Amino acid sequence: MTGTETEDDTVGEPVIAMRGVTAELGSRPVLRGIDLTVRSGEVVALLGANGSGKSTAVRSIIGQVPVSGGTIELFGTPRRGFRDWARVGYVPQRTTAAGGVPATVTEIVSSGRLARTRFGVFRKADRAAVQRALELVGMADRAKDSVTALSGGQHQRVLIARALVAEPQLLIMDEPMAGVDLASQEVLARTLREQVAAGTTVLLVLHELGPLEPLIDRAVVLRDGCVLHDGPPPRAVGQHALPGHDHVHPHAPAGAEPIRTGLLS
Amino acid sequence: MDLLNYAFMQRALIAAVLVGITAPAIGIYLVQRRQPLMGDGIGHVAMTGVGLGFLLNASPVWMATAVSALGSVLMELIRWYGKTRGDIALAMLFYGGMAGGVMFVNIAPGGSNANLMSYLFGSLSTVAPSDVTAIMILAAFVVAVTLGLRRQLFAVSQDEEFARVTGLPVRALNLLTAVTAAVTVTVAMRVVGLILVSALMVVPVAAAQQLTRSFAATFAIAVAIGVTVSIGGTVTSFYQDVPPGATIVLLTIGAFVVLTALATPLARRRARAAAAAQPAGDPAECSIPVTRGAGDEVGV
Repeated sequence: MTGTETEDDTVGEPVIAMRGVTAELGSRPVLRGIDLTVRSGEVVALLGANGSGKSTAVRSIIGQVPVSGGTIELFGTPRRGFRDWARVGYVPQRTTAAGGVPATVTEIVSSGRLARTRFGVFRKADRAAVQRALELVGMADRAKDSVTALSGGQHQRVLIARALVAEPQLLIMDEPMAGVDLASQEVLARTLREQVAAGTTVLLVLHELGPLEPLIDRAVVLRDGCVLHDGPPPRAVGQHALPGHDHVHPHAPAGAEPIRTGLLS
Repeated sequence: MDLLNYAFMQRALIAAVLVGITAPAIGIYLVQRRQPLMGDGIGHVAMTGVGLGFLLNASPVWMATAVSALGSVLMELIRWYGKTRGDIALAMLFYGGMAGGVMFVNIAPGGSNANLMSYLFGSLSTVAPSDVTAIMILAAFVVAVTLGLRRQLFAVSQDEEFARVTGLPVRALNLLTAVTAAVTVTVAMRVVGLILVSALMVVPVAAAQQLTRSFAATFAIAVAIGVTVSIGGTVTSFYQDVPPGATIVLLTIGAFVVLTALATPLARRRARAAAAAQPAGDPAECSIPVTRGAGDEVGV
């Protein structure tokens, strides 16, 4: 709950401010007094093992998890009274790939633009924004394809385009690199770099720093619902320095060997 | 087309066309939300409304609309709050609705279950002029909601959590979906019947999906299938003297089977076209990095 405050003079107003936030899932405490401040222009990674509460923390910020104590502010407004959702872009952890009805890449990305439209009426500028978001993630050529025909990495790129299409000032991403192929990882890192360069504030939930490491200003490590570390990204310490950690891929079938041949040989 | 000389058939055909449009139009959102059986549940609840209509000597169509709208709101509330006991609560609502209908019709003066039968399975000859007026008003509401709010309903049905972060009034839209589904049930009640109405909400959508890649195309084709089978079933019912609801549903399932059979070669041709376009495809997909990092060891 303590941790070193890295007050940088170049970063601005708090965009996310969590103070003493507690939350339970059922009767099990998942967050036990989280303090987290993300300032304008910062890129903050939220790290921790499975079950440490990092996804719950992010979901409490966007109001998807009821909090039992503490305060959360977004852009200086208490979250309960926050209405300016167009300023927030959210990329959920990829679980259900598609709905029960086919939908194209464009249709999915367009739904992210609703925050910027009046009564869901699309104008020329909205269509242009959809096209721009698709180009940002390199999916413009797949615009008319069904999302069910995409790979995991391409699907993730679509979800990021859906968040970017509203031109948010704060981007919240829950495990954007999970199960993403290398080509898509590079596209995602590049997209994020462009967003950060344009001044977007980013809060990322990550399992490991991985290819995004150079972008990250500050890392917050959670364990058992408490903040364990708040400061510069831990370099080659903690989880991702453990031998073998990088090679655990829960999406691979049990006992699957990492692919070393094929495209990369 | 001598059947158009009969006033009751004109009314039945108008009702059939409106059912064919509205049922798949709201059904597609229920399928997208993975709640395809919701229409079935509302149909059960609507039976109490029909029974109340008989008992209070009011219009069964409007009474069923009121009761099923109330029931659908209740179902939506149970979905929010009843996390663990939700299924049981829904089951009680469904069976209570059905039992209430049978009970009210029986204690209504001069009522018997024979009156209920035309509402359960649909009937051409009993579509009254006042029913047509009610059906037209209700169908206009359903079309206005499903087309006018298509982007919002799509977003909420696709990913409820994301829709909330977009700032959409998710609860209000969910309630509106539920009420619209309830209204559609009562639109379809006179022709298809309460027991089979859910089929016309779900099966045309499932059939259309066999051919489509986009939501918009699925919507259009599902409505086209809905209108075709509704008219086809109504006409067949007139000439062959078979129940319209059952005929329409069997035709819909027939359309599903035919489209599924057609879709297999279509999918194969699409796969071939995609494979042919591959060499010119996305270069990022096949790029070989100069150096290999730890991230390369992906066990995909």
